[in-house]
Amino acid sequence: MVGPVLQAPGQVMDRRAVVAALLADRGEMLVVSGLGSPTYDVHAAGDHEANYYLWGAMGSAALMGLGLAQAQPERSVLVITGDGEQLMGLGGLATIAVAKPSNLTIAVLDNGHYGETGMQISHTGAGLDLAAMAEVCGFTQTGVLRDLDAVTSLGQRLKRPANGPALYVLKIKAENPPRSLPARDAVFLKNRFRAHLGLPVS
Amino acid sequence: MSESNVRLVSGGAQPGLDAGTGRGWPRRLYEVLKRSGVSQASYVPDAGHAELITLLVDDPEITATVLTTEEEGLAISAGAWLGGKRSVVLMQSSGVGNCINTASLSAIGRFPLLMLVTMRGEWGEFNPWQVPMSRATEATLTAMGVKVMRADDPEMLIEMVESAATFALEADQQVAVLLSQRMLGGKKW
Repeated sequence: MVGPVLQAPGQVMDRRAVVAALLADRGEMLVVSGLGSPTYDVHAAGDHEANYYLWGAMGSAALMGLGLAQAQPERSVLVITGDGEQLMGLGGLATIAVAKPSNLTIAVLDNGHYGETGMQISHTGAGLDLAAMAEVCGFTQTGVLRDLDAVTSLGQRLKRPANGPALYVLKIKAENPPRSLPARDAVFLKNRFRAHLGLPVS
Repeated sequence: MSESNVRLVSGGAQPGLDAGTGRGWPRRLYEVLKRSGVSQASYVPDAGHAELITLLVDDPEITATVLTTEEEGLAISAGAWLGGKRSVVLMQSSGVGNCINTASLSAIGRFPLLMLVTMRGEWGEFNPWQVPMSRATEATLTAMGVKVMRADDPEMLIEMVESAATFALEADQQVAVLLSQRMLGGKKW
């Protein structure tokens, strides 16, 4: 088991740079993004047929990633979500740990705040460590990253579906960059995603 | 009735079911799900679904996921469909209330959703805490656009789940089949 990787405290990253680094040269990776800023960040890194952007159902991103990872065990599945979104689905960390999908990674963009609603402080902002919670649940890889080189390295490793489930907390600045809005039509996004995988579109 | 079922019924302080166990319908239900191409199942453990859960968990062709709360199953089901797999979500009526906002995902994405819901709080129920959500089960599901079907006997149940599976998995609809508490039997303490 890889324990939490604690780096220099206080250092925070640019969220768009973090997501771009995770998705650079993404290969066959499948991506689910949590509602709010992570959805905008994933879109800003470049729209892709293998992205499923959530615009609601708060707390569901990681679980949707679990279902997808179970259905596509040969592919790496990356969930990119925010601290507030993941906090609403904390029980899901236990479910994922027990389900043991080796190809699932959750990247929590953690600014310690609810950026969509006026930057109110979140539980992580108040000190809760999501990586430690994931480790206690039984995730096989966890870490707290504050350095862009480490994120780039993580992005490279994620291309191969192995050694999960993993949860990484990526410490980012509390700011709202200009919104980059993907399609909000969930049926279009679903059918585009399935077509990308060669699945029938009903 | 098998020995394990006898133990369930006569288990003293062990909660069990009286009329629902020992019947053939859980296996027939499992066979319907298999014929419908279901290969992923998620569940919050429930006495009414106990036999079906065992059949699903023991099937190496089925990926079965135990949940901490029922709405997780709706998200897993949508993710499974995105990846090309068919799934079923099992829960008790008390868990339906936990699912409501997550049902937005199923509705707005037109993700197939097949829910099998065992009812509490409506027949021979001794626990009043089960009653309010029992009363709200059909209303809340309907409000979220989930089609609700209700089975009062095993024959109807099998036919209904076959129909519901087609409706959900072939026509991209959201369906909940309610298994009436009268059919399942009251909870024994």
